[in-house]
Amino acid sequence: METQLALEKWPHEISTVIIGAKNEHGGSRSHSIEIGGQKSLPLLFKEGVIPNKPKIAFEVWDIAPVDWDSELVSAYGKSIKDPFAWVDKCVNDFKAELLCLKMQGAHPDSGDKGAEESAKFVSELLSRTGVPLIIIGCENDVKDNLIMPLISEAAKKERCLIGCAVQDNYKTLAASALADGHTIIAQSPIDINIAKQLNILISDIGLAFERIVMDPTIGSLGYGLEYAYSIMERARLAALSGDKSLASPFICFVGQEAWKAKEAKASANQGIIWEVITASSLIQSGADLLVMRHPKAVEKVNNFIEMLYKG
Amino acid sequence: MFIIGELINGMYADIQAAISSRNKLIVQNCALEQVACGASALDVNCGPASKNPLIDMPWLIEAVQEVTDKPLCLDSSKAEVIKAGLKVSKNKTIINSTTADEEKLDVLLPLAKQYNSQLVAITISKKGIPQNKDQRLELAANIVAYCQDNGFPVEDLYLDPILLPVNVAQEQIKGILESIHEFKLLCDPSPKTIVGLSNLSQGIRLRSLINRTFLTMSLAYGLDSAILNPKDNELMDALITAELILNKNIYCDSYLEAYRKK
Repeated sequence: METQLALEKWPHEISTVIIGAKNEHGGSRSHSIEIGGQKSLPLLFKEGVIPNKPKIAFEVWDIAPVDWDSELVSAYGKSIKDPFAWVDKCVNDFKAELLCLKMQGAHPDSGDKGAEESAKFVSELLSRTGVPLIIIGCENDVKDNLIMPLISEAAKKERCLIGCAVQDNYKTLAASALADGHTIIAQSPIDINIAKQLNILISDIGLAFERIVMDPTIGSLGYGLEYAYSIMERARLAALSGDKSLASPFICFVGQEAWKAKEAKASANQGIIWEVITASSLIQSGADLLVMRHPKAVEKVNNFIEMLYKG
Repeated sequence: MFIIGELINGMYADIQAAISSRNKLIVQNCALEQVACGASALDVNCGPASKNPLIDMPWLIEAVQEVTDKPLCLDSSKAEVIKAGLKVSKNKTIINSTTADEEKLDVLLPLAKQYNSQLVAITISKKGIPQNKDQRLELAANIVAYCQDNGFPVEDLYLDPILLPVNVAQEQIKGILESIHEFKLLCDPSPKTIVGLSNLSQGIRLRSLINRTFLTMSLAYGLDSAILNPKDNELMDALITAELILNKNIYCDSYLEAYRKK
């Protein structure tokens, strides 16, 4: 007897979020990236429409990274010392469709660049490349509240994804995103209750749920991956059942987490494997956007996505 | 929970006046306010004073349909009034209600099938109101069997254990709660359960407190739906909180607001 698949029909869907505005929408990006919009759990193509594949963003910094593993540094060669050359390498050599720019240079311990300088850097980067941008601060709340409003303004109408808003510090960033036409990353510390609360707080400021991307905070393989996995799964189940406040796509900072693991640094290939396994697991728990570091890992995960979506 | 707003009812003075003066706006505002407060469907009842329910019911329905596409719960003890309402309904409908008597079921079940409507069945019969849980269960089983025999999907059936005022039938309320749970066990897929919440507190003080306390308890017994006043904010807060405690929604500090943003 043929086995009958038990198919679930979900009444609701994940929000569709667009990153990058082209000319016709007031921006200057060469293309835009669409994430979310699915009406089923990850990869269950028979249960509902999944209009968008997971997308990968290359992580780049506004300064030469100081603590990156030698394997990562060598993958980019000399270009990594010059942010613009680094971006060119990602776009031209590795065919990056999306970049995640981290403004690490503004961190008090990494150069303490001012808001004007940071904003100028973003303006120049936007004029040099047409690739849509994710822009995140330096993870110092005080400094981020100084630099991000100016950066947001410098990128006005480019529909960047800016981050990261957290429960104790979201108002400045949300107001900037609202004023300058961006979307926002809402980051919660592996805690679904805070994830939901933060989305409500941001939506109270006036940013629609459709302009929020959730960062659930992930751990890499061996470092809490399964906690993030189960939280993402739970949020998805609630969202597809009708909880709009959890129906945002997920962004996962895979590269930074994977390359923190001591196993990733143990040998040249192992770091790439660590990043690939972490990313491919999270795709299966619903990641819509993966921020990654090693070009070889990106290539492998892209191939994996193609294979999964062949059906 | 599937919340059916109870306020479009001719027993309320404003609706009665609106019906007799044919003032659509009052009815439409009442509909929109209830939806804004969280009603998933709207009960429509011309009330006991209506001299011509065959005309008043369709008028009410047409007025409400102009402003919302929420399902309408056509509330009358007279089959011909319900039929008059079904004829003009564009929204989804719920017939409210049949009893367990075959002569009622013989009329209303075919109507429900013909108009693709859901059906509320109250567990009373010609013999009167049941006096205990077993009698309720027996009537419920008869209704379910009748639906199964006549090709009506049981998942479209709402069983109402018939709530009685707490000062009239205090000894029965616990049995009513237990009935709600046991109705769900009658068959698979199970019928839905419903109560007309305000019956519980007819003619007594502290109505809102009694209603919301019962509602939270009945949710724990698996109640699917209630006809209630969604504009009672404390009642809605209690409902949302009960559903949270039953893990129907994910907690956050602003869970009341989160529910209302849905």
